[in-house]
Amino acid sequence: MPRQLHFSAALDSPGHVRADHYTALARAAERATLDFVTLDDSFTAAPHRPDALAAFARLAPATGRIGLVPAVTTTHTEPFHTSISVNTLDWVSEGRAGWLVTVSGTEEEARAFGRRPVAPPPELWAEAADAVEVAARLWDSWEDDAEIRDIATGRFIDREKLHYTDFQGRYFSVRGPSITPRPPQGRPVVVVALAADDLPERTALATRYADVVLLDAPGPDAARAAADRLRLQAGEQLRILLRLGLALPDRAAADALTERIARTGGVDGFHLVPADPGRDLAAFADRVAPALRARGLLRARYTGRTLRDHLGLARPASRYAAGPDPVAATAPAATRSPAEVSR
Amino acid sequence: MTGRPLKQIHLAAHFPGVNNTTVWTDPASRSQIEFSSFRHLAETAERGKFDFFFLAEGLRLREVKGRIHDLDVVGRPESITVLNALAAVTDRLGLAATVNATFNEPYELARRLASLDHLSEGRAAWNVVTSSDAFTGENFRRGGYLDRADRYTRAAEFVRLAREFWDADGAQVRHAGPQFDVTGTLSLPRPPQGHPVVIQAGDSEEGREFAASAADVIFSRHSTLEAGQAFHADVKRRLAAYGRKPDDLKIMPGVTYVLGDTDADAHERAAEIRRAQVGPRTAIAFLEQVWGVDLSDHDPDGPLPAADPVPDSELVQGRTRLGDPLEIAARWRATAAEKNLTTRELVIELTGRQSFIGSASTVAAQLDEHVQNDAADGFILVPHLTPGGLDDFVDQVVPLLQERGVFRTEYTGRTLREHLGLPSPAGG
Repeated sequence: MPRQLHFSAALDSPGHVRADHYTALARAAERATLDFVTLDDSFTAAPHRPDALAAFARLAPATGRIGLVPAVTTTHTEPFHTSISVNTLDWVSEGRAGWLVTVSGTEEEARAFGRRPVAPPPELWAEAADAVEVAARLWDSWEDDAEIRDIATGRFIDREKLHYTDFQGRYFSVRGPSITPRPPQGRPVVVVALAADDLPERTALATRYADVVLLDAPGPDAARAAADRLRLQAGEQLRILLRLGLALPDRAAADALTERIARTGGVDGFHLVPADPGRDLAAFADRVAPALRARGLLRARYTGRTLRDHLGLARPASRYAAGPDPVAATAPAATRSPAEVSR
Repeated sequence: MTGRPLKQIHLAAHFPGVNNTTVWTDPASRSQIEFSSFRHLAETAERGKFDFFFLAEGLRLREVKGRIHDLDVVGRPESITVLNALAAVTDRLGLAATVNATFNEPYELARRLASLDHLSEGRAAWNVVTSSDAFTGENFRRGGYLDRADRYTRAAEFVRLAREFWDADGAQVRHAGPQFDVTGTLSLPRPPQGHPVVIQAGDSEEGREFAASAADVIFSRHSTLEAGQAFHADVKRRLAAYGRKPDDLKIMPGVTYVLGDTDADAHERAAEIRRAQVGPRTAIAFLEQVWGVDLSDHDPDGPLPAADPVPDSELVQGRTRLGDPLEIAARWRATAAEKNLTTRELVIELTGRQSFIGSASTVAAQLDEHVQNDAADGFILVPHLTPGGLDDFVDQVVPLLQERGVFRTEYTGRTLREHLGLPSPAGG
């Protein structure tokens, strides 16, 4: 009995800014019972496209089960805003949000903000790791049962179940707690795209924080070796999906894919990158998906509700809920010098 | 008013937010965070042919005495993300997000608002607010410090720069100003509305001038017809200096309302609601904001504290400063003595905003009176219940306004700018 694989797809289609375009693509992916779709983003002139998180929020109510994983950069942005935006995507999609963590490494993007010159990639990825750490702390900063609505005492929340994040890193500090309650999935799914021989900082971020890695590898052997390495560092909970170009798929493609799957050990599935999403995703849903289902490689229907359900990932408990409170809710606010907080 | 055509009323809906006006103790109160609540209120507003749906913003949880305030509704989503989702389940309703100009950067926000305008096909609005608050700043890279005088300077240049990006229609913008020195290109064509609608909230001298120069809508707050007329006249007078016509800026105060079968019923209900909004502990917490000391032993059903406030206390954080504490205390004492009010009764009196209370026909007549007499161009309704707080208004009051010929029976335009009767900005 073959094992069921995880499939996802990129919706990147330069030149489109209208909502109905992305809705149609996401619905095709949902018809194919994929785990999730991704959408890239950048602060550059080309290609024409909307803010990825905005586009996925727009199509959340227009879809039912598909996971929504927009790219959001950690460079030039505020970690607090990013954390509550991804959290909110989880609320509006009722537990289907993820975050494709990216950085902005071009002069063009740095000039659009005018605050600092572009930093070298190792520094950008170290900063990204701090941003993901802060986001996770903020998602955890409300325990699941913090809202009590206790009419007898007049308390809407139990303030002991809200926690200061008190993150102080090299690039920023964030006091917390979040203003947005803990999202339906506990933490939205963190996704990192990675090459087999990527930067140490980027790989470190992935092995420490990612739930899913979208892996680029030059061949089956390189993919297996990279996947084994990643799993050794990250543990069995990491889902590794190999990036796979997709063009005009048909039944023959299903055979080729099946063979590819058989040759590529060590990964949990595939991230499809269509040449033309409008054409190729529908073709995948109609021609390839049924063949994969017949072979037991793809789910017949969604059995879970959330993206974590699709990926077989447990809903994490809040780090602050377990054991004694590491950061007292009553800690005084002004323990740092003004120089530190205004950095 | 003979010979003058009836002014048309503009209506917007505020999602009941994080403040003590939201009565979460009501059995009909539902989630303030689940999408279904936002959807219900937005769909109701669209059923009522409202101009727009309005979301406030919070960037740090309020604290009292160094602890998170636990009495009011707390916890809300990020505005623009919710509004993009609402764009999928509504068709004409304008979608207004409050976003701080202090803790954001023009390129990113211009792009997010342009995206909302494209994804909603011309329904985006931005309520520009500012902050100089080191308390809020502790959640951001910028940190706390921004001089009060620089807040509107930054906001004004922020809005100008955002409009440069929107006008550029995908071409490069080079901007070198005192606050921002940027070169960038949005990946989007010019938004369907040209510029998303800009709303300004705030009643200070700087706020009024900023609104007259740069805003399409001003979200005001005043308590009487006369105060509204004075504000209306003052703000509209300022427009000419910027080459704008009086109709180019709509004045929409945030108001509450309570309906009843009769006026007497409605007033009785309104008193109950006010007592639910201002419980004993809420009254004390409100007092502590001004007194700057722990008043947990003070009797809310007794007179105001005998001792004077302590100025410059940081007892309450994350809330707008009300002014000089000693002066405020003197004013409050005078009011309490004059009307013979307990502490809690005084707070109920002080925290009330403009309210329309009565039967549906009374409320419809009052709203119309304010608009026809130039105290407002319309209203942003702030219901006290999530998410059903607008149901009775749309079912009972809207039809009466339509009968009076002062409110649309169908949307006549597609974009928010069209609903508001605002001119389309010329391209850059």
